[in-house]
Amino acid sequence: MAYDKFNELTSTAVPLPIENVDTDQIIPARFLKATKREGFGDNLFRDWRYNADNTPKQDFVLNNPIYTGKILVGGTNFGSGSSREHAAWAIYDYGFRCVVSSFFADIFKNNAINMGILPVQVSPEFLAKIFSSIEADPKNQFTVSLPDQTITILSTGEKETFNINGYKKHNLLNGFDDIDYLQAMKEDIAGFAKIHAI
Amino acid sequence: MSNKPTTLFDKVWDAHVVRRIEDGPDVFFIDRHFIHEVTSPVAFLGLESRGIKVMFPEHTFATADHNTPTVNQHLPVADPLSANQLKALEQNSAKYGISHWGLGNPKNGIVHVVGPENGITLPGMTIVCGDSHTSTHGAFGAIAFGIGTSEVEMVLSSQCIMQPKPLKMRINVTGSLGKAVTPKDVTLYVISQLTTAGATGYFVEYAGEVFEKMSMEGRMTVCNMSIEMGARGGMIAPDETTFAYINGRELAPKGEAWDKALAYWKTLKTDEGATFDKEYNFNAADIEPMITYGTNPGMGMGISKSIPKGADLKGGAATYEKSLNYMGFHEQDQMIGKKVDYVFIGSCTNGRIEDFRAFASIVKGRKKADHVTAWVVPGSHIVESQIKEEGILDILTEAGFALRQPGCSACLAMNDDKVPAGKYAVSTSNRNFEGRQGPGSRTMLASPLVAAAAAITGYVTDPRDLM
Repeated sequence: MAYDKFNELTSTAVPLPIENVDTDQIIPARFLKATKREGFGDNLFRDWRYNADNTPKQDFVLNNPIYTGKILVGGTNFGSGSSREHAAWAIYDYGFRCVVSSFFADIFKNNAINMGILPVQVSPEFLAKIFSSIEADPKNQFTVSLPDQTITILSTGEKETFNINGYKKHNLLNGFDDIDYLQAMKEDIAGFAKIHAI
Repeated sequence: MSNKPTTLFDKVWDAHVVRRIEDGPDVFFIDRHFIHEVTSPVAFLGLESRGIKVMFPEHTFATADHNTPTVNQHLPVADPLSANQLKALEQNSAKYGISHWGLGNPKNGIVHVVGPENGITLPGMTIVCGDSHTSTHGAFGAIAFGIGTSEVEMVLSSQCIMQPKPLKMRINVTGSLGKAVTPKDVTLYVISQLTTAGATGYFVEYAGEVFEKMSMEGRMTVCNMSIEMGARGGMIAPDETTFAYINGRELAPKGEAWDKALAYWKTLKTDEGATFDKEYNFNAADIEPMITYGTNPGMGMGISKSIPKGADLKGGAATYEKSLNYMGFHEQDQMIGKKVDYVFIGSCTNGRIEDFRAFASIVKGRKKADHVTAWVVPGSHIVESQIKEEGILDILTEAGFALRQPGCSACLAMNDDKVPAGKYAVSTSNRNFEGRQGPGSRTMLASPLVAAAAAITGYVTDPRDLM
């Protein structure tokens, strides 16, 4: 699926200041039984968000109406564990387009980009500033610019740059995807396969 | 390039690069692709919507494992959603000409158990699957790692994925392992030292005496857990142990093809003087039987020790308290003597015959504790047959254990094998995340020996006391 383009996003943010958020928390395995990509947002952070009787847990951030926005801000090592792309689908389906953390697990980072979610890795210091800003006022906004590779705390003007490789950046800006790229070089791949022959 | 000392990882990686994209990933060729029912359906939907075919169906192998029941597999699967996924795997495989080992097939089992035992997994290969424990296959000197569903679609449609080359790490463990210290303990120890994110961004080579002496099944356990310290994968240079394991397996090369392959496999090792981005050295004598006390696999400790203080932790200190609260444990608690409600032996980490032999060595002549519910789940039908042929089933039955049918089972609780909220499980699987074995479940990861000791006494017990 070709995903949405991503250029610049200005939004409030939802804070989740927990370290090592694993993909089993993002979407527990028992909700992975669909054969379609849509609808996983309902069960995003299911066991942190709902009690066993399906009533919302009032102390969880997604159940607190003062926190909204298209940016999810997580603690370090976000997305560790299972490779389930359903975690990225759930985050997207819920309405997030960008996840900010000071460190991402590898597979999650790939899966996020492949879904059209921009993972923004900032320094631990800058992450702390973002959390403080949200704490000070949940209405504070942040701007993530992919062309400039920057994230800005609008209330203070503080800004930090982030890394993304040129190829993936180009894809996200234009809504291109890897499968189209690979389809376009199939002859080369067939040629390689002939010589390689395992 | 030819004379520069090179790592095993570089040799295998570089032999699979179809194209290097400047300031981008490598177009990376995949030799073997495993699929299962949970992470493949959306990839096939993608192929449908684009109207493209599977490029090399003979390089993809399908097995049903994640949400299959572990009892009464001859009956229709009761959960309609699981049944639907299993049917989708069967239909997609048939439509695109992919080998499919579904429920009831004598080759069925957990994807990372059946690949190696049937000779699909070979040294020098690149192997992927929509499952993070694909790192298991690195035990053969392959580059093997988990991918997302978008990447499953890439492999199906082009036999390639777009992958930036990771950094390289070597982990050396020298010396000899002590009594009751198994490969699972080695990996839980290493992860506890590096933390759950300590190898993120790296691909690991395991080297040193401990791994050289280890069986293939033990090496698979170690490589399997690489992802639990964030590494994409881990690998071990193939040697005579590897070649002896592969030789004669059904889909392994035979005759001339074997000789040719063997000559190539013997070149697959890190050259003297090759460098790594990071290197760690550990001493086997420092490792004792391990158990985890928290909610990520990095929170492990020697079984005779007490739970470390939060202030002493290298990583995850901020969530340490949340983790202990979830487990119902306290700083400085002894783990020995903690009550155990459930014991699970199985999974792609510890679901092979050597694991059941180890488990049986402790339960032999003893009885399962009455208050413990035990799930004994072979990794495949082949393992199940071995358990029966070797007389292990008799030992288990005598001790009050029932053998279930193959599958991922209580490792991730997608089927009915769920640990209830608040209950404690000693599990030979790979993840102790909150709710991993069922909502509210509390998991302590350990070796088959520690699991057996817990099943017998009903409490966390040092297996050395029962040997």
